[in-house]
Amino acid sequence: MTGEQITFLAVALFTLGSGFMVVTSGNLVHAALWLVSTLFGVAVTYAVLDASFLAVVQVVVYIGAIAILFIFAVMLTRKDMRDQGPQMNKNWWFGAALAVLTFVGLFFLLQGWSGMSTTATALPSGFDAVAGLGDALTSPAGYVLPFEVASVLLVAALVGAVYVAFNRK
Amino acid sequence: MDFLKDPLKVAADWLLGIFASWGMPEIAAQILLGFLGILLLITLLMVLDIFLVWVERKVVSRFQDRIGPNRVGPFGLIQPFADIIKLLIKEDITPGGADRVVYNLAPILSMMSVLILWAVIPLAPTILGVDADLNIGALYIIAAGAIGTLSIIMAGWSSNNKYSLIGAFREVAVMLSFEIPMLTVMLIPTIFAGSMGIVTIINKQDTWFFFLAPLAAMIFFIAAIAELGRAPFDMGEAESELVSGYNVEYSGMKFGMFYAGELLHAFTFGGFWAILFFGGYRFFGLELVNPLLAIAILFFKAFIGYWLIMWVRYTLLRIRIDHMLAFNWKFLTPVAFVLLMVTALMNALLADLPGWLYISGMFLSNVLLTWGALEIARHYSRGEREKVEGAKQVVEVHH
Amino acid sequence: MVPLSWYLIFAAALFSIGLFGVLSRRNAVAILLGIELMLNSVNINLAAFWRYGDDVSVMAGQVFAIIVFAVAAAEVAVGLALVISVYRRRNTVIADNIDMMKW
Repeated sequence: MTGEQITFLAVALFTLGSGFMVVTSGNLVHAALWLVSTLFGVAVTYAVLDASFLAVVQVVVYIGAIAILFIFAVMLTRKDMRDQGPQMNKNWWFGAALAVLTFVGLFFLLQGWSGMSTTATALPSGFDAVAGLGDALTSPAGYVLPFEVASVLLVAALVGAVYVAFNRK
Repeated sequence: MDFLKDPLKVAADWLLGIFASWGMPEIAAQILLGFLGILLLITLLMVLDIFLVWVERKVVSRFQDRIGPNRVGPFGLIQPFADIIKLLIKEDITPGGADRVVYNLAPILSMMSVLILWAVIPLAPTILGVDADLNIGALYIIAAGAIGTLSIIMAGWSSNNKYSLIGAFREVAVMLSFEIPMLTVMLIPTIFAGSMGIVTIINKQDTWFFFLAPLAAMIFFIAAIAELGRAPFDMGEAESELVSGYNVEYSGMKFGMFYAGELLHAFTFGGFWAILFFGGYRFFGLELVNPLLAIAILFFKAFIGYWLIMWVRYTLLRIRIDHMLAFNWKFLTPVAFVLLMVTALMNALLADLPGWLYISGMFLSNVLLTWGALEIARHYSRGEREKVEGAKQVVEVHH
Repeated sequence: MVPLSWYLIFAAALFSIGLFGVLSRRNAVAILLGIELMLNSVNINLAAFWRYGDDVSVMAGQVFAIIVFAVAAAEVAVGLALVISVYRRRNTVIADNIDMMKW
């Protein structure tokens, strides 16, 4: 067990445990806070994968904006501060069975693929992932068009969200 | 001489030698050394925090034309210790119906979000931050601020108190909104330095970035004050409006953590202002003499920034929440975006020119942009005023 | 050395947990929480494939992950706006009770 493997196992167990608490927690605000810890675990996974920009953007965008949006939405859609009634609907066993089936199916699908046991090659020295990402996102030979379309999508979502949630007196 | 030149390296080598003589494996010794370094830094920061409490109270008293604490020790220097002892021996009250885990976690997260900022601040040319230059250091600052935002909403909700919740909502709305201009303006030193790494930004400041982009420094200052939740943007703890907002239900050391965390956060942002726009620990080559001198220079600049933040706090009135948000979304964010575009454009156009032409070109473009933005704001406010008061008319004389 | 399979299985497990959340929860906001977990698992997959690919300078994995960030943020914003709007009209966010258009 090398240090990397121990680190990965710790982070993965933490993230999966938090994810499980997200979907089974009775108190919805607690579920949103467990989501924060799950997202943090995913950010640490990115850092382990040497995708440092993704890790920081994950914290800024997901934890700093999306998770807070969830907490606001949870607080704004209830009459009193306590949760009422069961949080699982009456077919939850079917959902659980489907989820387990999905996982087992994916597992067996991946077992048949030969590339499963590749290990990571070392990064070339002086390799700056952030600069490479910047080049890829803004060069015409790279992905500038999807990048610009994504920003148009965000503007559309912004306008749509404001319009839908606007409180007309 | 060797000890004075690089005290940290000498101490680290000595400790590694001791650990090796105890028979520890290499990797465990390195990890333990890392932990000891973190412990030392956090201890120094908390001691600094105690000193900041004294500075804050003395400065506010001088701004308000009084003397401030002067009974406890010479010049009141022992006053913060008395404050801390009081906070520690206070009864720890948890409001009924409060969510215990979240209630106790909020001040911890708030303090944590400030302490982790110091991981990327380079204190001297030989005492660098994480990884010898985390290549996304500038973005890391925003990420740490996001965790602070989370702690405020946790505090407000778990107190089971309407006023806490309203204070927390307003505070979080302000903090989230002002992250946008701060992030945009933080890209400007990134453009000049070519990297988001803090050490690279410091090393490229042969001329301070303040002279290349003064408007960026101003916008960063305003956005930082809003991020800190200090007056004039302190809707979250408006003492006269919301009964101290999101931390009203906290007593004893938990409140102490919020309070001390806020002061340390203000000092840290003074430090970031100094690093991003005023050259950090650099001062015409003086920092290479001795790392302790470099730390002193950085702290001096950070104290000037912190003093400016305090000055603004104790001079200006609190702004209403809708004015605050309108100011951000209608003025600060568009100006920040336009400034980013103009800076990128001018940087590309003027890149080949000699030094002083580049500096003056950048400075001039910033000044023109400030003047244009203020003109637009002036016309807008005149329009708003005319809507309320009616257009200015010549005074008619009634007989 | 961590083989690629570990990351893929981790992402598959997170995806299944998110799927369970979507299928089994009553509250509409809780369903959106499950969707967030699924999007994050996809992102882990993309980042792992970037890192374990033959050529690390091909940034397609990270670029795709950034686009997924943007799409997830947009989807959460609009989804939560819809949930809040539904709450204002029907005073409930239980997914089973929002059934006026069912036959």
